[in-house]
Amino acid sequence: MKVLVAVKRVIDYNVKIRVKPDHSDVDLTNVKMAMNPFCEIAVEEAVRLKEKGVASEVVAVTIGPKAAQEQLRTALALGADRAIHVETDDKVESLTAAKLLKRVVDDEQPGLTILGKQAIDTDNNQTGQMLAALAGMGQGTFASEVQVEGDEVQVTREIDGGLQTVALKLPAVITTDLRLNEPRYAKLPDIMKAKKKPIDVKSPEDMGVAVASSLSVLKVESPAERKGGTKVASVDELVDKLKNEAKVIA
Amino acid sequence: MSILVIAEHHNGQLADSIAHVVAAAQAIGGDIDILVAGENVAGVAEAAAKLAGVAKVRTADDGVYAHQLAEPMAELIAELAGDYSHVLAAASTHGKNVLPRVAALKDVAALSEVIGVESPDTFLRPIYAGNAIATVQSSDALKVLTVRTTAFDAVDATGSAEVEAVSATVENTLSRFVDEELASSDRPELGSARVVVSGGRGMGNGENFTLLDGIADKLGAAIGASRAAVDAGFVPNDMQVGQTGKIVAPELYIAVGISGAIQHLAGMKDAKVIVAINKDEEAPIFQVADYGLVGDLFDVLPELESKL
Repeated sequence: MKVLVAVKRVIDYNVKIRVKPDHSDVDLTNVKMAMNPFCEIAVEEAVRLKEKGVASEVVAVTIGPKAAQEQLRTALALGADRAIHVETDDKVESLTAAKLLKRVVDDEQPGLTILGKQAIDTDNNQTGQMLAALAGMGQGTFASEVQVEGDEVQVTREIDGGLQTVALKLPAVITTDLRLNEPRYAKLPDIMKAKKKPIDVKSPEDMGVAVASSLSVLKVESPAERKGGTKVASVDELVDKLKNEAKVIA
Repeated sequence: MSILVIAEHHNGQLADSIAHVVAAAQAIGGDIDILVAGENVAGVAEAAAKLAGVAKVRTADDGVYAHQLAEPMAELIAELAGDYSHVLAAASTHGKNVLPRVAALKDVAALSEVIGVESPDTFLRPIYAGNAIATVQSSDALKVLTVRTTAFDAVDATGSAEVEAVSATVENTLSRFVDEELASSDRPELGSARVVVSGGRGMGNGENFTLLDGIADKLGAAIGASRAAVDAGFVPNDMQVGQTGKIVAPELYIAVGISGAIQHLAGMKDAKVIVAINKDEEAPIFQVADYGLVGDLFDVLPELESKL
């Protein structure tokens, strides 16, 4: 079984973002970029499926600018066998990403497609579900455990209040949650080897998908600042303030 | 305009979140219907019909919708969506599971975690872990939105909508429910609790989380955790407050042994009052806390419990 894993280049999760002065967007110039953390978990899961003998090949795919090849090289260093780069400088919304990934799924016919549950830039949490819909597949979102058994995959999902397990007919789409696994670090020899692994570059036009969106961002603003910073000296003072100043406890 | 709100329910109970989603629907304006899909949902439909401002409750009562799996739910909603300008659900794990699938079936964009309505086609939503707020306009004929429930006050249960069954039926050959393990707790739900007490890596281990129990009991609070505490294996993931966990906006949030990473602040900075207890006086959590107490939580927590 082939496993397709989608990765996204995003701002590094440690970077504190700034809104551009003209409120058109977030300022990403000279900002450290990295693979989206949930995508790292997706790559790790795909590689583990290969190590267990469940997957025969792991193909990584990304959609983004030329620089997004860095994230594909990371995926290759972590154990993906080859990669596909859908190269575009345009901003790609979730639905368009899902349409592009659907084309890749049509070509590659993976048994499983694994994505991160959300990217930490747009925080959309949509692409996996949309891909599953377009491909007519079942979806195991927010996965904390994945087990392939015969022509089914059992996915344990992190839901509000606990866990839910569903069985999906293969092929299927999975999106990863935090506890699915702990991603490994790439070793230097693997990073070197990854440089020789093939990356197939395509454009959205080649694939017959228009990078258009029905959404337009009118403005981007900083959220209201909280005025904090007051300290209390003792538990007694804290309880007194909560009762008599903030009036949030009786 | 006409709006379809997707009801969420568990064990025959309508989720509290839906009264907030109806409030968001009222902010958009137009007729509001609620879809209740599931198995044996007459009681849920009755509760939904009482929500103020609802015109009609549509029920789809069939075994195929049991456990409200995404595949049949999305197919049903996509089939009904032709009658509506907007489809809304709570930005819960359920809403986020189902609604993007609906949007793709209808070939329209989805908007996640909407926190404000500017006009029927323009909405506010947080991006970058809430460190920026985007105003987004949709040109789609059908708008598909998940709503952050803490951003909208619940409507009252003073309505009396009519209830009618939906004739559409769908099949599901893609997915099958296996089982569910839900934490049983007498405490209020994290997302809607008036008070939340959360522990972080500073708690040291999972057993120490019991130190929060007494305080939570006295305040009627839900117990949460930072991602660091979840990652360290102290507590389960469904307790996580933050960018990748639950978003809470209680009247009082008490952060214990939490340093205050931006990903955690994203989940709780809309609380009315924030208390931070941490032995590191440089911890970033103090910058957003209304009341910060520098001290060892193992001394502070028992004292606080005894004085509440």
